[in-house]
Amino acid sequence: MPFGQGRSGGGGRGKKSDKKAGDKEKGQRRPMFRRRKVCKFCADKIDDINYKDVKLLGPFVPERGKILPRRISGTCAMHQRKLQIAIKRARQIALVPYVTD
Amino acid sequence: MSDRQYELVYILPPDTTDQQVTELHEQVAQVVARMNGQVEKNENWGRRRMAYEIGHHKEGVYVLDVINGSGELMKELDRRLKVMDQVIRHMIVRVDEEKRVVDRTRTKRQSESERRRVKRGLPPQRQPGEGRSHMDADDDGDDRFDGMEA
Repeated sequence: MPFGQGRSGGGGRGKKSDKKAGDKEKGQRRPMFRRRKVCKFCADKIDDINYKDVKLLGPFVPERGKILPRRISGTCAMHQRKLQIAIKRARQIALVPYVTD
Repeated sequence: MSDRQYELVYILPPDTTDQQVTELHEQVAQVVARMNGQVEKNENWGRRRMAYEIGHHKEGVYVLDVINGSGELMKELDRRLKVMDQVIRHMIVRVDEEKRVVDRTRTKRQSESERRRVKRGLPPQRQPGEGRSHMDADDDGDDRFDGMEA
């Protein structure tokens, strides 16, 4: 799965970028290895994001029942928009939860 | 005359018999026929677990109808389904426009790839065993991230 690396995105990003110059000369102790995120729908050439396809929507609805944000899943804007509509429709007919706690 | 297409999904309680399902479908089909529509496809998904409880039911029988017809027809259908108490949930979605867009992008991509392949001197269709497989793992180095645990 091309996403789910929420931890890599988190709070550390902004703070670490403006570190002292000395850090660089040490050869970057911890090189940033963030996998490039690709839109799953673009990559797999899925044209139709259908609300009936629970298997397709599943990974974008984590346990809590919220829609996975674009910054984590890497979905492109167009597909996130379609995904959002599909998930909301699927929720109406109880294929996907609104909330789970 | 309208060329709109709608999808109607409705959920029945889990204890409905097949006969009741067909009866209900008959009722829907009658309304559709009376208002000059047609049922293009009827699909019974059978019993499946719902993501949340509706009216104390944990499971439901899902039925999907693809209907060609006018907006008035769907309005009428919607009204009727709301009244029926054996339908615990229903949803109507217009699909023709989206379908058209999907078809267009799909054919466009197909023709585009064929054009490019021909240009490269390849047969227009992809041959079996051609190109890279998608199995190669891009999972390396993923456990290293920008220093949060320090």
